[in-house]
Amino acid sequence: MDVSGCRTVHEAREAAARAGAEEVVRAHLERLGAHAAALNCFLQTFEEQAIGAARERGGRSGGSSLRGVPVAVKDNICLDYGRTTCGSRILERYESPFTATAAQRLIDAGAIILGKTNLDEFGMGSSGENSAFGPTLNPWDTSRVAGGSSSGSAAAVAAGIVPAALGSDTGGSVRLPAAYCGVVGLKPSYGRVSRYGLVAYASSLDQIGVLASDVRGAAEVLSVIAGPDPMDATCSVAPAEDFAARLEEPVGGLKVGLVRQAQSERNHPAVARALREAAEALRAQGASIGEIELPHLEYGVAAYYIIAPAEASSNLARFDGVRYGRRAASDSKGTGGTLEELYARSRAEGFGAEVQRRIMLGTYVLSAGYQERYYMHALKVRRKIKEDFDRAFAGVDVILMPATTGPAFKVGAKRDDPLAMYLEDIYTVTANLAGLPAIVVPWGAAEEEGKKLPIGVQLLAARMDEGRLLRAARMVERAGLFPGTRPGW
Amino acid sequence: MAKGASQLTSEDVRRMARLARLALSDEAVEDHRRHLAAVLDHMEILRGVDVRGVQPMAHAGDDAAAPAADEPGRLLPREVLMRMAPAAEPPFIRVPKVLGDEGGAS
Repeated sequence: MDVSGCRTVHEAREAAARAGAEEVVRAHLERLGAHAAALNCFLQTFEEQAIGAARERGGRSGGSSLRGVPVAVKDNICLDYGRTTCGSRILERYESPFTATAAQRLIDAGAIILGKTNLDEFGMGSSGENSAFGPTLNPWDTSRVAGGSSSGSAAAVAAGIVPAALGSDTGGSVRLPAAYCGVVGLKPSYGRVSRYGLVAYASSLDQIGVLASDVRGAAEVLSVIAGPDPMDATCSVAPAEDFAARLEEPVGGLKVGLVRQAQSERNHPAVARALREAAEALRAQGASIGEIELPHLEYGVAAYYIIAPAEASSNLARFDGVRYGRRAASDSKGTGGTLEELYARSRAEGFGAEVQRRIMLGTYVLSAGYQERYYMHALKVRRKIKEDFDRAFAGVDVILMPATTGPAFKVGAKRDDPLAMYLEDIYTVTANLAGLPAIVVPWGAAEEEGKKLPIGVQLLAARMDEGRLLRAARMVERAGLFPGTRPGW
Repeated sequence: MAKGASQLTSEDVRRMARLARLALSDEAVEDHRRHLAAVLDHMEILRGVDVRGVQPMAHAGDDAAAPAADEPGRLLPREVLMRMAPAAEPPFIRVPKVLGDEGGAS
């Protein structure tokens, strides 16, 4: 039977139940072999382990909810086999001694990991161009970026190599590439998914998230990976839920808020159109649409790019060539130099330019004389952003807003302007700052140079309200273009 | 005292680089100076937010677990950890000889 046409988690699971996991995995590995190199979306492939796992676990009966489903994992999430490079030279040979909780839960549920996906180094980037191992290209137009930092995971799902993949989202790194690649991207509430085994970028903002070809796939993967974990002190004790159980039930009387401050001249016309159409689609299913205010939306990027680099400068201090990572060679005198010199050279050689920029920025905003002015002030602005959302959710159930200012841009277009790159995150950072769940659902496309480029719309809900968020997302998806939107592969 | 972004000097950048443990070439120092200045310029919009009486928000979670009991948990085997050292003579890890400012070959 032809199992190569699986496009969703559900279809893959059905195919594995009928034809066996091994056949499904082989078909997806074949697809990987045919397309991954052109997109540069995989850093490592685990062909032998995947087939072995399929053989071993394919025959198991019982409630393995993702049995036989091929998946991919972003390369800043640890597995105890292969390497975990974080897209960086400094960790290009790093082998983790343990597996991340979220990845282990996928494995325990029967999913088969095909490989580790490419990313912006340490999660720092919005385009996928900051990997030490080359940029990930967009399956819809390979002259354009896939978006970042979960670039490889988004491209792999969009290209049909896997129906779902793990990513991580600190300032939009699951949702932005999802929008650019025309797939579903879910960032859970802060604390919903254990961060144990996710290499930390900014500990108060990071969450492991899901890229999937459909909302159901995202809901099913979230159900598997979410839940309390004693290995992560920031992980919520709220019990695990089945987020897919009520997915087909539209939310009766759903109250949707459109954000006044997000309706901006900066947005591509296709973004405004997508929002209008998605809102109409929800209205046609019984939702009421109103306008809400997020008065501090425009301060989100500034607050984020103080807080995240500050935390990163601390988290990345361990990568010094001694505790972790690639060590600089002896200097020209043949000596080791001082310990400080060894650290400084190892880090300068091992970290890419954007990582070094953010470490410098973080160091500056935390340094004596500036900490109050920048870091503490940003934390207070963060509180105000959170309060905007608290007020909004007193009147609406979900917020509908853009995911990005427009479709994917050309590779290299924002290379020389890091600030312009940061400003692309305007619609995504606020959910991280406030700890809220947010999901991107593909809706329509922009047409540029004769190519269709996906647009995504974003829904947010109150913290820990993923159940309602996913049902609202399903309402949008039901009326949208899925399953019609796929690059012609 | 805090400086305007446009007053950020190479010396400021070199001081940050020392704190951040990054060895920067002169060209890199100038690149960082320009980038930091541009970003810090943008950060000035935060001055427009009235934060009087506002508590800083360091993280979003408020329902995490109570501290764990003080009991030994799962340990990673020593052999697994030793494999991660670039040079080892178990149970020792071999490191380059670094002696203050004189340095020295191992």
